[in-house]
Amino acid sequence: MYEHDVIVVGAGGAGLRAAIAAHEEGADVAIVSKLHPVRSHTGAAEGGINAALREADSWEDHAYDTMKGSDYLADAPAAETLCKDSPKETIKLEHWGMAFSRDEDGRVSQRPFGGLSFPRTTYAGAETGHQLLHTMYEQLVKRGIKVYDEWHVTRLAVSDEERPEDRTCHGIVAYDVQTGNIEGFRARNGVILATGGLGQVYDHTTNAVSNTGDGVAMAYRAGVPIEDMEFIQFHPTTLPSTGVLISEGVRGEGGILYNEDGERFMFEYGYANNAGELASRDVVSRAELTEVNAGRGIEDEYVHLDMRHLGEERILDRLENILHLAEDFEGVDGLVEPMPVKPGQHYAMGGIETDENGETCVTGLYAAGECACASVHGGNRLGGNALPELIVFGKRAGHHAAGKDMEDARITTGKVGDYEEAEIDSPVQLGEVGLGEDVAADGGATAAASGSELVQQAVDEERETVEALLEKDDGIQHAEIRERVQKSMTRNVNVFREEEGLKQALGDIREARELYLDVFVADKSRTFNTDLLQTLETRNILDIAEAITLGALARNEFRGAHWRKEYQERRDEEWLKHTLLSWNDGNPELWYKPVILEGENKTYEPKVRSY
Amino acid sequence: MSTQVPEPVEEESSAESVSPGKQKRDQKKRERAQRIQEQREAEAAERARSDDDTYHLKVFRYDPEVPEKQEPRFDDFYVPYKQGMTVLDALMWARDHYDSSLTFRHSCRQAICGSDALFVNGSQRLGCKSQLSDLSEPVRIEPLPHADVVKDLVVDMEHFYDQMEAVEPYFQTNSLPDGELDEQRQTRENREKVKMSTRCIWCSACMSSCNIAAGDNEYLGPAAINKAYRFAMDEREGEDMKQRRLEILEQEHGVWRCQTQFSCTEVCPKDIPLTEHIQELKREAIKNNLKFW
Repeated sequence: MYEHDVIVVGAGGAGLRAAIAAHEEGADVAIVSKLHPVRSHTGAAEGGINAALREADSWEDHAYDTMKGSDYLADAPAAETLCKDSPKETIKLEHWGMAFSRDEDGRVSQRPFGGLSFPRTTYAGAETGHQLLHTMYEQLVKRGIKVYDEWHVTRLAVSDEERPEDRTCHGIVAYDVQTGNIEGFRARNGVILATGGLGQVYDHTTNAVSNTGDGVAMAYRAGVPIEDMEFIQFHPTTLPSTGVLISEGVRGEGGILYNEDGERFMFEYGYANNAGELASRDVVSRAELTEVNAGRGIEDEYVHLDMRHLGEERILDRLENILHLAEDFEGVDGLVEPMPVKPGQHYAMGGIETDENGETCVTGLYAAGECACASVHGGNRLGGNALPELIVFGKRAGHHAAGKDMEDARITTGKVGDYEEAEIDSPVQLGEVGLGEDVAADGGATAAASGSELVQQAVDEERETVEALLEKDDGIQHAEIRERVQKSMTRNVNVFREEEGLKQALGDIREARELYLDVFVADKSRTFNTDLLQTLETRNILDIAEAITLGALARNEFRGAHWRKEYQERRDEEWLKHTLLSWNDGNPELWYKPVILEGENKTYEPKVRSY
Repeated sequence: MSTQVPEPVEEESSAESVSPGKQKRDQKKRERAQRIQEQREAEAAERARSDDDTYHLKVFRYDPEVPEKQEPRFDDFYVPYKQGMTVLDALMWARDHYDSSLTFRHSCRQAICGSDALFVNGSQRLGCKSQLSDLSEPVRIEPLPHADVVKDLVVDMEHFYDQMEAVEPYFQTNSLPDGELDEQRQTRENREKVKMSTRCIWCSACMSSCNIAAGDNEYLGPAAINKAYRFAMDEREGEDMKQRRLEILEQEHGVWRCQTQFSCTEVCPKDIPLTEHIQELKREAIKNNLKFW
């Protein structure tokens, strides 16, 4: 068994920042990650980091834009924390040598982005995430922070008191991909989950193949509530054949969207008469699909994004990476022809419920980055707000887990205070298939045991699970199950949602759960067994797909990225509240808590959201 | 929460006696699993046969643990072609439809995570960035040369990472501004100068293609030297630090080992002018009057 003060799971932007912060506080910190850090998906982020750096700008304006962009479902204390901390965290990256694009006077450049009232998106070409990831990894190397890379974390060692709020996280169980060994990692102070996105729930996504929502699913099964899962962001400009992302920077720099008839539809059909292409992502995604559905799409599938008029010099200076992506993955030269684009799954606004300090309701368990829901994005995340989220909340979680005194959080976690139980009619049985049959369910451990004993118990259980999977000689392979779920989610729980489709998806997920009972791993090798790894990931995809769909079925309104055919209005009287889902030993339980619109100096009154 | 289907009642069953109900269920499950698997395989075979446009892959296989795979060999896969299909897409298709033990690293599918560098038809490439239509058949896919093979197409990256870390790959400067909100300014020209060097995705294609690195295990190699270039040429680090970086690069297994064969530059999937960067560092070293080997 390995032992450290703080264990960070995941080595993307949030994980690296958390580890550096915990190290700053003097903690013995280690990162456990299924990919080597430089392979993390943060590297694929293109656009930039929103930070109010200029005199004419302010964190208050940034917070206002964020609250409006969220369709008033972000919690003001979290959004304000994000906007207040982002400038100094962004400049910290600059001090660490990050290769930001520069203005004539040598300062870092900023550009306009969708939904922002000031051009405050700080960037490094169209490869900001790559530069950020590598800069932070360099700082990790400098500090000599221990990384266990290619170790897939499969289980949390959480005590099993009745109420999740009474539980404690003592460590994790991880599977060494290279050797097949399963080992325990005891965390003396805390575990920080920074496992990133869950895009693999869908079959058309900008997310990496590794983004299977492991952290969200593990925390959920350990009893931590997951929040606002129905809010999935679809990015309006992804390449149709692969889902590769074409940065919002293209529109930020002046790129134009056209339909098949060559009409600039954002204005022509009144989708966003002021902001046009720079309306927020949900608005543009719906506009594109509406065009396609009205028969004005190209090949009935996509629209055109044109940047030719920006000129070669500007494109090469600010969007060079986009030229390569369009050429390599779609065979299109962006300098001479428009690029085909359509909406694709891009980001999960929801995730593990945390407060502004990254803490969950389970003692010693933290989450930061895309896997967490603090909640700063509410119903829709603004472009350029994901990278500041990583560094701001990664740092806070790292400091807190290392024992630094933090200000008391204003956001509550767990079933405390003013929450509301909910009922929902599901067409199928949700959650667990049947006790004891489930090959990869998380079981807690007895409360009386010491931390190390708890971790060891979790290790033993995980070894049994994996043994059982490897011993099975026939059955169904994970690829079949995964594909079914991904296809159903893309068909039924996409940009446009209706009751019938959502129920269909729940049924499909149920069927996939049954199939998962028969899952088997054909590869019996202990060495680099990706068959086993993906089989374990598929379990996570099942639980997350169900959470997304269930939340979407329950939310009878239209807010942010969540569009419902039957409900075409935002209903503030009833729905200014967060959806929460608790695993409750396999019986998913839905409940709600109110959104916090009171900020430090002002209250964000919901207004009609127009761009 | 109410659900329409009630929780199934679990029958108590001890380890010795399995209830007839459970046996029946297990039997049904097995049948269903078999049916689905057969269906999937039949569909794959059908698609591979019927589609005129099928690509023939020859893929290197090796697994130190499985007796029948310990002897390295090539497996043939016939993958139905779709417009835009890459080497990585084809490998994934083969794995998901024919042989789930086929092992390779991959993640982002967009040439930024750097995990799927492979040896394809005799040259180092990223699988995700290589269109099948640009390759002649059969497409021969092997692990990167000059690295230990862990399994199938996966190679051990430790040595590569060690070399990357040997050049102090992190920003070091003595002239940070006082204010936590003040930038350390950099000219556009200087940012432009280091820009290409910052694009490295650590895929190790260059290292694998380098003859010198193949013969000299201690040679820092093109990627690590490029990483050092990224900092040595960054004006924000200052002259003293540049001096120190040049000293690191001038060691016996540093820049002077490079024989300007350009193979690294040729294979770099991010178009980094690696050889040029190495030559520039040699010139800098001479300018600084440092001893060289």
